[in-house]
Amino acid sequence: MTEPALDLKNQKAEFRKKVEELLPNGNLNLCFTCGTCAGGCPATGLENMDPRKFVRMVALGLDDEVLSTPWVWMCSMCMRCNYACPMNVDIAGMVGLARQAWPRDQRPKGIVNSCDMALKHDTCSAMGASEEDFQFVVEDVLEEVRETQPGWEDLQAPVNKEGAYYYLNQNSREPVTEPDEMVPLWKILHLAGADWTYGTKGWGAENYCMFAQDLEAWEHIVRVKAKAVEDLGCKVWLNTE
Amino acid sequence: MYAVRAGLKKFNIPYNFEIKSIIQLYAQWIREGKLKVNSDWNKDLKVKFTVQDPCQLVRKSFGDPVADELRFVVKAVVGEENFIDMTPNKSNNYCCGGGGGYLQSGYTEARHHYGQIKFNQIKNTGATYCIAPCHNCHSQIHDLNDHFDGGYYTVHLWTLICLSLGILGENERAYLGPDLAELGL
Ligand code: SF4
Ligand code: SF4
Repeated sequence: MTEPALDLKNQKAEFRKKVEELLPNGNLNLCFTCGTCAGGCPATGLENMDPRKFVRMVALGLDDEVLSTPWVWMCSMCMRCNYACPMNVDIAGMVGLARQAWPRDQRPKGIVNSCDMALKHDTCSAMGASEEDFQFVVEDVLEEVRETQPGWEDLQAPVNKEGAYYYLNQNSREPVTEPDEMVPLWKILHLAGADWTYGTKGWGAENYCMFAQDLEAWEHIVRVKAKAVEDLGCKVWLNTE
Repeated sequence: MYAVRAGLKKFNIPYNFEIKSIIQLYAQWIREGKLKVNSDWNKDLKVKFTVQDPCQLVRKSFGDPVADELRFVVKAVVGEENFIDMTPNKSNNYCCGGGGGYLQSGYTEARHHYGQIKFNQIKNTGATYCIAPCHNCHSQIHDLNDHFDGGYYTVHLWTLICLSLGILGENERAYLGPDLAELGL
């Protein structure tokens, strides 16, 4: 043999232990290397990695490689692999754990910054829009539509309306960069006769803290959003997508 | 939405509301006759549309039933004969590469490489428009068109619903191509 075989005894395999502890249904041992996951993964080949290989490396305890490859940020955690895997191996879950293992200041800056922005206000806006910013934009756009679009003088875009049935969230992209894109939604809700409201708190629909795998921040964001819906007494948390 | 659903579960947060996608309601409201959409505007134009199944909505949340609702809405709005599905689709659809924070990750080259599959899927339908009912999908599919010079347009679902209802305002057409930019004004 020209190349030494992998010395498995000297591998740390700590990450593998972590996977077994935190993903008890991760089925790491059940992988029979069929490659179904890799065959249908758009991230296959990037960084010379693919999901099957990643799972093997975790199983073999190759912690250094598993925890240093930037591939975990090039997998979109879309779960197509999980869905296709005949043994129900939680591949995306392992990718999430590997992301967590990265020191926060070394994770992709754009993702971490978007998470930090969302922590600035109770709006949870990853673009840092405040409660006042949001309310101002909504009211401003609404007023313009009422004044300039005949037939829409009665259009509504309620904010903090207690007891509304639907609590509608909104991706920051609209209020911050293209507010006119909110109008078609309002018109549809109007025609459907929906009883809905925005909330100044918790309206930001995006959540980069999950992508950053900052668990504490992710939990914080979810709690703020859930509280916002409940404080207004709404029955349905309605997503625009 | 997935982040909230998964987060509520993961962190054992009690809550007493339902979580829904407005796509489910679009379908319901069309069935109930509250949204009187129709596809007459496209009878002669025959503009072709395809649709992206967002991973977070379909595979990761409500599965094929919501993908069927999505198709019901799209067909009602653009006409059944003008809708062309991608393959594979629904729960088995390929991610566009806009999810997981990819758009903010700085790995732009990898993201384009990843998106090549989605780009080819869209091109293979021959559709002029890709309806992307998720913000990350919308940004990524729009960017893939710019990067690979695709010649298709990327639109939100709400734009088309309002277009078909004849209520789409002048400033609400940023993503329509020249063929539809003035329609119904
Ligand atoms: S699809 Fe499942 S069993 Fe097959 S290689 Fe991938 S993880 Fe292993
Ligand atoms: S979750 Fe990651 S590894 Fe699995 S199919 Fe999607 S991109 Fe590939």
